[in-house]
Formats: sequence, C-alpha cells, structure tokens
Amino acid sequence: MEEINQNSQISLDFNSDILKPNNENDLKEIIKYCYKKDLPIEIIGTGTKNQIGKKLQCSKTLDMSNISGIVEYKPEELYITVKAGTPIKIVQHELKKKNQYLAFEPVNFSEIFKKDSKEGTVGGTLSCNFSGSRRFKVGSARDHILGFKGYNGKGEKIKSGGTVVKNVTGYDLSKLVTGSFGTLLVLSEITLKVLPLQTDIKTIIISGLALEHSLGVMGSAIASSNDPSGTVFYPQNLRDNFVFNDLVHPGSITAIRIEGTKKSTEERVNNFFEDLALTDKKTTILDTTQSEIFWEDTRALKVFSKGEKNILRAVIPPSETANLINRLKTFHPSYFVDWGGSLIWLELDYLSNQKIEQIRKRVLEVNGYLTVIKSPENIKSSSEIFTIDPIKFKISQNLKKSFDPKRIFNPGKMYTGI
Amino acid sequence: MTTLKMPKVDRKILKDREKIIQDISNFTKRENVLAEREELKPYETDGLTAYKQTPMLVVLPENTQEVSKILSYCNKRKIKVVPRGAGTGLAGSALPLEDCILLGLGKFNKILETDYQNRCVVAQPGVTNLAITHAVEDKGFYYAPDPSSQIACSIGGNVAENSGGVHSLKYGTTTNNILGIEVVLVDGTVTRIGGKIFDSPGYDLLGLITGSEGLLCVITEVTVRILKKPHTVKAILLGFPSIEDGGNCVTQIISEGIIPSGMEMMDKVLLQATNNFSKAGYPLDAEAMLIVELDGTKSEVDELINKVASISKENKCSSVKISKSEEERLKFWSGRKAAFPACGEMAPDYYCVDGTIPRGKLSKVLKEITKLSKKYKLPVANAFHAGDGNLHPIIMFDANDKTSLEKTEKFGEDILKLCVKFGGVLSGEHGIGVEKRELMCEMFNNNDIQQQLNIKNSLDPSSLLNPGKVYPILRKCAEEGRLHIHGRDKSKFSDIPRF
Repeated sequence: MEEINQNSQISLDFNSDILKPNNENDLKEIIKYCYKKDLPIEIIGTGTKNQIGKKLQCSKTLDMSNISGIVEYKPEELYITVKAGTPIKIVQHELKKKNQYLAFEPVNFSEIFKKDSKEGTVGGTLSCNFSGSRRFKVGSARDHILGFKGYNGKGEKIKSGGTVVKNVTGYDLSKLVTGSFGTLLVLSEITLKVLPLQTDIKTIIISGLALEHSLGVMGSAIASSNDPSGTVFYPQNLRDNFVFNDLVHPGSITAIRIEGTKKSTEERVNNFFEDLALTDKKTTILDTTQSEIFWEDTRALKVFSKGEKNILRAVIPPSETANLINRLKTFHPSYFVDWGGSLIWLELDYLSNQKIEQIRKRVLEVNGYLTVIKSPENIKSSSEIFTIDPIKFKISQNLKKSFDPKRIFNPGKMYTGI
Repeated sequence: MTTLKMPKVDRKILKDREKIIQDISNFTKRENVLAEREELKPYETDGLTAYKQTPMLVVLPENTQEVSKILSYCNKRKIKVVPRGAGTGLAGSALPLEDCILLGLGKFNKILETDYQNRCVVAQPGVTNLAITHAVEDKGFYYAPDPSSQIACSIGGNVAENSGGVHSLKYGTTTNNILGIEVVLVDGTVTRIGGKIFDSPGYDLLGLITGSEGLLCVITEVTVRILKKPHTVKAILLGFPSIEDGGNCVTQIISEGIIPSGMEMMDKVLLQATNNFSKAGYPLDAEAMLIVELDGTKSEVDELINKVASISKENKCSSVKISKSEEERLKFWSGRKAAFPACGEMAPDYYCVDGTIPRGKLSKVLKEITKLSKKYKLPVANAFHAGDGNLHPIIMFDANDKTSLEKTEKFGEDILKLCVKFGGVLSGEHGIGVEKRELMCEMFNNNDIQQQLNIKNSLDPSSLLNPGKVYPILRKCAEEGRLHIHGRDKSKFSDIPRF
C-alpha cells in the first residue's frame, strides 16, 4: 500500500547537494522531487564501493546512511530484515551473537579503496553482488536475498519476495536488483537469508604447487564429497603476505577450507590427505583462528592492499584458467585465483584503455567476463567497466526504463545510456 | 477453477488458421505442426487438469533456429504463444489459449554436454530433471533440485517455474543451481545468458527469467551445476503426539545450527494413508511425523543424527527410527513420495495446494486448515517441506460433484490467503500460473504488480508470450496496464508481518 505522507517533517533542504533522508518518508519525497525536476542522483551508503563503476556527475547525492537499523531478526527462521543503510558489520555482529552469519562472505573492498576498514552497508553490498570464496558452495549475495522493499524512479514503493527461501510468486525482482549498482531502484529494506556458523574451520595449505597443478587439486577438492567451502591459489610472489606460525613451507599457496563440526572437519582433512595424496612435507593445516584470518585476508583482497594500482576481476570457466593466465602474462599482472579456478583477481601496475580491451578480449574468448574494479578516473571514463553485448544492452536499457523512466538513479554508473 | 477469464480471443487469427499452418510449416517440418483435433487433445491441459482449452495449433520445433523463426513470425502477426515443457506443472502455466500456438519443447530432448571439469551439464530444455542426474551419476555426481515429478518434468519447465523439491533448504531451488540459459526473445532474437560461470555481469537476467513462467522468453538450452554425491546420507523418522511438538522440534533443530538436507512433516491423515499404501513403517499412533535427512561425511551424519534424536526427545517425540541402510532410508521416503496416489485411494480426486509459510507458524496454520476442512466438509491431508516452510495440503474431493469442485477451489484459496496472512507466500514451487493469478493481489499492491507488468512490457510489448498467466485479469485491468486490486490491509491479523 502506498504510504501516505502523514508525518513528513520536510526538514529536507532540497537545495542541498547532499540529500540525506532520515526515514522512508523523506526518501520517497526526495525521489519524487528528483523525478519531477529531472534531477539525476548518485545513491551512496557509506561510499566504500563508490569507486567501482563510472564516476557519476549527478547534481544530487542521496546519502542512505541514516536509513539504518535492524527491522526484524528471526534466527530460528534463518532470516534478518534490515534497512538498506545498515552497516554490514553491524549485521555480522548481531548475527554472531546467535551463532549465525552471512554465508556469502561479501568481498571487503575497504582496504583496497582505503576506507578505514569500514565495509559499507547492506544496500551497497547487495547492489554490487561481489561475493567471496564460498561462492561455489553457497552462492553469492543474489542467492541470499529473500526479499526487499524499495522505491522506483517515480518514488513509488515496490516490494518483491518475502522472508522464505521457497518462493515462486511473480518475477524474482530480488535477483534483478542485486548487482544492479543502484540503477534500477533505491533499496530501503532488505531481507537476507542467514545460516548457522560452523564451529570448526580448518584450512589445508599445500605449498609450492605450480598453477596448473594447483588448479587440478582445487578442482578435485570441489568435485569431491568432502564439501570444501573455499579453495584459493596464491602464486609464490604473494607468499610473504601470509605469516602464520604453522605455515613454514615456502612457495605458492593452494588453500582448501573445510568447515563443520570438529569431528567432521577432522574426517574430511584425512579424506583430503588420502584423495589428493598429500604429504606432511609440503602441507600445513591452519586451525580455526588462523583460518579465519587467512580467509578474511582473502575476502579483503589484502595482497593487493598496499599499492595504488589497478585491479581487474575476471570470471571464467575453471577449465580455461591456466590457459588465460598464460595468455595474460604479457601484461605482467600480479594475480590470485579464487572459486576453485573460476575467479581471477588481477593487479596491474599500468593500465590503458587499450590494455583493458585486450585483456577483455582474451577473457571473452574463453566465455568469461571482465570487470574493472579499480583504475584511474581518466581510464575508467573512457573504458567499459562491465562486459555486455548489444542484445543484453538493449534488454537492460528497457528494464532500466521500466523501473526508472527518467534515468535519475546512478545514470551511466554501469553503462553509458543506462 | 470452474470459471476462468482469459485474454480476449483474436477471431481474426482463428480465421487465418489455415494460412498460419502453411506459414509455420515453412519454419519446421509439417509433421511438427499439429492441427487435427485428436492431435491437439493431449495438449489441452497441463498438470492442473481442472482447466482445459484446446489450442489453435501445437508446434513442436526441433532446434533454436526454428523457435526463433516461429516467434519472429508470431510477433509480427500478433499471435499468442504458450510455451510448454513436459506439461507436469500444477498451476496451469502451460494451459493453452483458444487462439494460441502451443510451443512444445518436447523435441529438445538431448543432453548436449557433461562437463566434469567445469562441474556442469548442458541440456536441452525438454530433458527430464532426473535424466540429468542419470547422465552423471556413474561418476558420482547429481543435480540437486528434485521436484517430486522429477521423473517426468523437464529442466526447461523447472527453470520457468523455479522448481524446488525436498532438499531446497540446504541445496536451494532451480535458481541457485543453474549457470546459464539460451533463450529466444519474443521478436526471435536468440541470446545466451550466463554460461559455465557464476554471476554474469550486468543485470541478473538469469535470476529474472528463472521462475517467470514462460512470460518473458522461450528457453532453448540450460546449463546446470552438478554436485558430487555426499559420502553418507541417513534419515530419521520421528513420531510426535501433536503437530505443535513436531513444529517445535523443527524450530529447535534449525536453532541449534543444523541444516538437514531434507526435513518433511506429514500429519496423521497423510501418514496413515501413505503407510497403508506403501508400508513404509510409519508410527501410526503419531499425530505428526517428521522425516529428517542428513548428509555429509560419516562422522558428521552420525553426530548430527544423534543430536536430532536428542532434540526430538526434548520435544515429546514418541518414536524414533534411524535408517540403518540405504534401503531403509528409501523406504522411509517411499511413503512420502506416494502421498498423491495414497490420497487418490481415499477420494475420487485430490487437489494439491502449494504455499510457503515461516516454519514457526506451522501449527497455527495447520489448526486453521483443520477449521477450514470442517467448514467446507472436505477432508485434507497435509504434507509439509518443514525445512523450507513449503506447505502442501491435499484436499480430497469428487470432481463429478460440481459443488464439491467449487468448494475445493474456495478451500484452496482460503489456505493460500492464510499463508500470506501468516507472513508467507502464494507459491513455494508450483508457480502462480492461472491457478493463483487472482490471489496475487493478496500479496502485492498495485505498485508492486504494475512494476512487474512494466518488466513484462519491456520484454514482450505486445504481451504475446503466455498472456493471462501469473498476473490478475480482473475486468480490463491487465490489458490496459491498470489493475483492479482488492482492498488490502483491511484484513484481520494486521499485526502479522506480511513481507
């Protein structure tokens, strides 16, 4: 039901460049105002990821950070409903009290964008849909959103989904808005699926494997009944980023994460030793605490956090990973591989538009896609950030129009013209 | 069920039928165009047999190019198209229209690729759900979503309806288990969405199309993820003196951090009926029974199953039986899987309702269903995917008795309204189709539905793909982009969150 503007305090100064609603009513009024006046707005939470995508030249900024708070948390129903501007850390903290968590491990960009270890808001996390190492086991952010409320480009309140995992009631708009970088609607309330925390975590680290060998090991691990929840490969040059008492072997890192009850993780570690013919000589087992640090560092792209360099993200079928990395050697990237081979994070000293297109071409040739995560503004402004073909561009343009007919939400953030 | 308003029939199209047959025969073999009355008969209904409508024509294309040409032609001529997989759907999503071409994907029946390195299978949409698992099980893999009709339902239909199954809590539904699709848009454009990769860039069109019930495009290829079978699977049968105790047990299992691969509840009526039918060894004195299935490594399964047994005792469980062999585990399930035929023995006809509720509301909802059963004087048996909140009351009636059919229809509607009132949704896995179309206004308001219609309009501006499904056709509303919506928020239970 459309909310009637009963208690709008209209303390909002529409002349201000930054519009900061204190409640949903303010939010609706702001959007209606911008719709009426044709004013494009940049939507931000805490701004931890606003460097991803094209720089916007909007006359107004919609700061969602005051639309914050937990609306409802039902641990026994495995969901939490929060306002979109709620910091992800607050959600994680609240869930931890009940031994639950957000299983999709959102990528923490705060270190590479130097944002004081803030991790941003739930709305921002969903809008970007970058998920961590558990992807192949539990899915990404888009698999954990059960429902939402939000406002379309006319300021009309829209909802979709609900609080339950099984739901085929109209189009699944929750999936559509996840990863749409705020270009379709402004999320106001989000319901997320939560899962029980695992009591024990172990990480098997195999040192010194060459990339091809590591990919084989990671593939076998995922395609086993031992149910790993993360596999990642760091080449030798990144080895020194990881300092753990137990990790004494030199060389590249191939890590396999196992989570569950203690008995279960022990059994599975033994299974892996047998299945993968591992030896103690090159293998280290990290305990729960060390594992948490290792995977937190992975989630925060810590190995890339020192420089001001360029970061690209390629997703490809795992069978093509070795081939692609070989073909990218000419660009001298630093890289690591997540999702059992399917996700390659690349860091490059120098980047040009031409280089991006050359890399994208190689990624497309193996049926993958490339996203520019971090690069200087002058490069970003004249490069495609996301990969798209003309047919899907047209579909996306029509979808954008169906939500936001005047293109006031983050126009051009993803693609010019959308 | 008894009266169903469908989009206005285009008489001009019907008049041109012979010409259309000729034209379509240029795009596919003439034998793939079914036009004789007896040829059309098998296609006049899907799994929701209460509705029947003979289509103008049935066309059974053999490849994507043919689908593309047919859609492009229909788009130009403004001919309605209803896509159909195996026709097992229970919500009438594949119900034909009088002036439509029913596009049967049955000839798309090949598995194109089993790719173990990328852990996926590429299949044509007419391949059955179970055939995918069969194609990879010799290497120990399987496809996780397992709707009850998996022996017959097609993977394309699964994508269109976002089918679930009994393992959705742990393994998700179709939308969480597919990687890519090839689709043909209404104008004949062919495009691939996703591939052998996760999370394609740009808008999540894969997520939008999954569960869109054939309203946005025609699916011509599907890439699904496959998983390795777990080391060990065990099930435990638990009897309870009341539904409430069973419901509390479910809540406590989840609260203690256990995610079973399956958790099914049956009420007394159903467990007795199914036990008579399949001799599954169910506790006949129980008011409710749970089948809890756990999978993983041996030590993990043993540990968790003991934990479940001890939780069940805290919840007044009256009987506990743990499967000692794979054979026994399958026997536990045999009764549950025989729910439909078992009900078929109890009454001339049965009608399966599909809605989802928050797990914790189960006993309250079942109490209300019992009241409704008395009100309508129709027996009901309840199956419940307790793990994910998906409720399947089975109403028993006699279709030959017209009042019985009408009462069944009302009863089903009331159950779904209850689901929404208690914070759930209208469909967990069968979809909306024509069956629940008019109930959409119970869950969504004008803005919500209008937004969805705008999306439909952006992909299918002339509303030719499966019109009359999912969204209400009250008066002239949908065709003109305006909707008549029932008054909302006037209902009782206003304190119960609906979202």
